[in-house]
Parts: sequence; structure tokens; C-alpha cells
Amino acid sequence: MTSALGKDLVGLEYLTADQIRLILDTAEPFKEVSERPIKKVPALRGKTIVNLFFEASTRTRISFEFAEKRLSADTVNVAASGSSVSKGETLVDTAKNLEAMRIDMVVIRHGASGAARFLGERIRSNVINAGDGKHEHPTQGLLDMLTIRDKLGTIAGVKVCLVGDILHSRVARSNLWGLTKLGAQVAVCGPRTLLPRGIEELGVTVFARIEEAIEWADVLNVLRLQLERMETGFIPSLREYYRVFGVTAERLAKAGRPLLIMHPGPMNRGVEIDSRVADGPHSVILDQVTNGVAVRMAALYLLAGGRPELADAAKGGGAE
Amino acid sequence: MARATKSTTLLDARALARALQRMAVEILELAHGTTDLVLVGIQRRGVELAERLAQLIEREEGVSVPRGALDITLYRDDLEVVGPRPVIGETRLPGDLTDKHVVIVDDVLYTGRTVRAALDELADFGRPKRISLCVLVDRGGRELPIQADVVGKVAKIGPGERVDVLIEERDGKDAVNVVGST
Repeated sequence: MTSALGKDLVGLEYLTADQIRLILDTAEPFKEVSERPIKKVPALRGKTIVNLFFEASTRTRISFEFAEKRLSADTVNVAASGSSVSKGETLVDTAKNLEAMRIDMVVIRHGASGAARFLGERIRSNVINAGDGKHEHPTQGLLDMLTIRDKLGTIAGVKVCLVGDILHSRVARSNLWGLTKLGAQVAVCGPRTLLPRGIEELGVTVFARIEEAIEWADVLNVLRLQLERMETGFIPSLREYYRVFGVTAERLAKAGRPLLIMHPGPMNRGVEIDSRVADGPHSVILDQVTNGVAVRMAALYLLAGGRPELADAAKGGGAE
Repeated sequence: MARATKSTTLLDARALARALQRMAVEILELAHGTTDLVLVGIQRRGVELAERLAQLIEREEGVSVPRGALDITLYRDDLEVVGPRPVIGETRLPGDLTDKHVVIVDDVLYTGRTVRAALDELADFGRPKRISLCVLVDRGGRELPIQADVVGKVAKIGPGERVDVLIEERDGKDAVNVVGST
């Protein structure tokens, strides 16, 4: 049972440009489903999906749950936080138990990089990565790309700068892979301590100053500054971070042209982003959230479907 | 894969035009005029056919008929055979369908499964007072108890053959061909 995306959606690193485009194109008609009086289609009727969240999440979990329900799948949420069992054992055990209950798909969020792939290799069900450690968060990358394509008409050639904590960010990694595959120009901007070493070798421009990034970019994707980083010495203080790297209305005004402002949430207003920018006319932060449901519906639908051999047999039947 | 196929014309451009003309009149008779009438084409070629029929009705009656488009991909009962690259078209309906007389327009009526899916989908957009079915070609071979109210052409066509409906707007010419392997 192989879909156009393969069995699992682990990361954008492992997809071709063509596969990424397929998900984005499939997401388009799903936007309309969420605008219907009855926001539901029977496409995944009878499928059982487990949302297995080992880390806290509001937006992503709810977004997946809406996507699943609007496709008529049956869903179960498992919040496994607080488990003291070692990660490997927990996952294998959990996987075996889930399989025994005849599920079809698992959406997993886990603190360990590689957890989604680990699970995918051990169960027959489709696995979708909803964020694994510092590795990837593919559906976030996809919804960011869909939003850019919506607003600017294209992704190829668009200059996107990721701002903030690139080092610890799975959102940054998924954006980097996805955007570069579709031909965008990608840059990063943030404190040296929060940029991965050798990132220039991936063909990414590095800006040390936010002013230069704003001068260059069409799109700023402002990442959340994970507050716990301050305690571990990556940045001196939140106030200093805001002073040096904060995306403020004054800094954007100097660009003399509108920049698309994105943020994967949750936002720390007054830390990485100015409230006037977050709520400003060029902010598409809530469009990102809306697109998240459509992109996740597309990913679920594509993974669930697609048995080419049956499709060929059905075609013999004639008219569509 | 060069497999020998033969293609025969079921309707040429003129025959197709005549069929549509008659279908437009039959729709008007069926609906007792244009009050409450809504034409809904099934993606893809049903959408263009619905547009044609609506224009013919407009010419006849001098009234604009609301039309919509319906993509039934997400309502199919065979997700796993849709293929790895399903193409989902646009669904766009002209407002609430409650108490309307909806005429579903499709190019070919075969197994009836598409129409079954369309009926399910329409129910999610309101409660029409009546739903009728209008198809350009009824090729037989039903797998469900569904029949058309308005038909352009009835033809008994075997399961080894395919009916290709070509529409000017999409395919550059009007024609209906039957294609089958020799």
C-alpha cells in the first residue's frame, strides 16, 4: 500500500519537489471544505487515526484533529506526556499496542529527533510526523509554503528569511528543505549561538543583522524564541534579544515595501515580534493557521489513498 | 504501450448540439420553467455541459439560471482505487440549495456510483425539494438503482469500451467517441 507520498510523512527532506507540489495542490480544494455549511466529507470514513502526542501542543494537535474529523476519520488522542519509561521502549510498546487495536494511521509528536521514522519502521500503519525533536515538522513547513504561494503566487525565486532560533527549530528545518526544493531563496538571521554551524554550506544566506535581512527578504518567517534557551546561556536576555533581533514596525518601515510576516506560533509578543507587526496588515499568521487544516487534510488523504494497481484495474471500467 | 484501439463517433458536433438543445427543453418541461431551477455540473465535463445548457435555457427563456460545480472525489466509495494522484476539482454551489430543484448534469452515466456520490454531497449543502439527473450519454451498465431523467443519447456500450466526451472549451472540439480495444 504505497501512496504518492510513500507510507509515512516523516520530513520534507525525504520528499521530491513533485511530491511537495502534490500536497500543496491537493490542499487547495480542502480549503473550501472548511467553508461549507457542513464541514465534512466522507473521504476517510472508517479509518482510525491515533494522535500520539508525547509533547505539549495545542495548535498542531487541534489542527490535525479538525483535519481528521473533516475527513470523517475516527480519532483518538493519546497524550503520553509525563511518561517516565525510556523513549525507545515506550514507542515500541505503544506501537505494538496500537497495532493490536487495528488502527490505520498515527500522528506523532515526540521530543526525540527521529521518533517518527523510528515508529514508521516498526508499524504497518501510516505515520505522520507532527514534530520530532529538533528534526522536522513537515506539515508546518507545508502550511508555511502554501501561505507563501497563496499570497505571492509562487514559491520559486521568493526570498524567505527565517528569523530567530534556527538551531533548535524543527520548523526551520522543514522550511529549509521544502523551500529550497521548490526553488525559493532561503536565508537565516539570528544570534550566532542559535544558528547551526556550517549552515552556509546548505546554500543558505546568513544575516547577522535583522536590518539586512529585512532589506533582502520578501518574506520573514519569525520563529518562536524558546524561552528556556535563555537559561541555558544561548542569549543574554530577552530584552536584548528584542532590541537586536526583534521584528519591529520601525525596522520594517525602513524597507519601503511590504514584507509578508509569518510566525508558526505560539508568539512571544515583545520578544521576537512586535505586536504592531503581528497584528499588522502584512501579517499572515492567522492565514497560516487556516491553511494548516487544509494541508493536513491533504497529507492524510494522500497517505490513506492510492493503490496504483487497483486504480489501473478500475480505469478499465470506462467513464470517470 | 501501443495497444491497437478503434474509435467510432457516437455524436458529432452537430448531433451533440441538437441533443443539448433538446435536453435544455426537456429540463424546462421537467422543472416547469426556471423558478427554483439550479444546474449543477459534475467535475469535470459535466460543468461545461451545465454551462451550455444554462446558456440555451437563457436564450429560450430570457432568464439566468444559477449553476454550480460539484467535485465528488471526496465522496467516492473507493478511495483506494482513486489512484496515488487524485485530482480534486473545485466545488462551487450557488448558495443554499434548500427548496431548489437541482438538476445534476454529467457527461456519461455508467455504473451510477458518481451520481450516488453526488447525491450524498448535495445533501451536505441543503435540502433540495427535488433532484433530477441529466446526462449526455447513458451507456448502460448500472451497478446501482439510478436512472437519468433527461438523456442526450442512449447507447449500449460494453465494459471493454470507453466513452470519450470532448467539449470545445476543454478539448478544442465537440464530439462523443466510443473507444475500445480491437
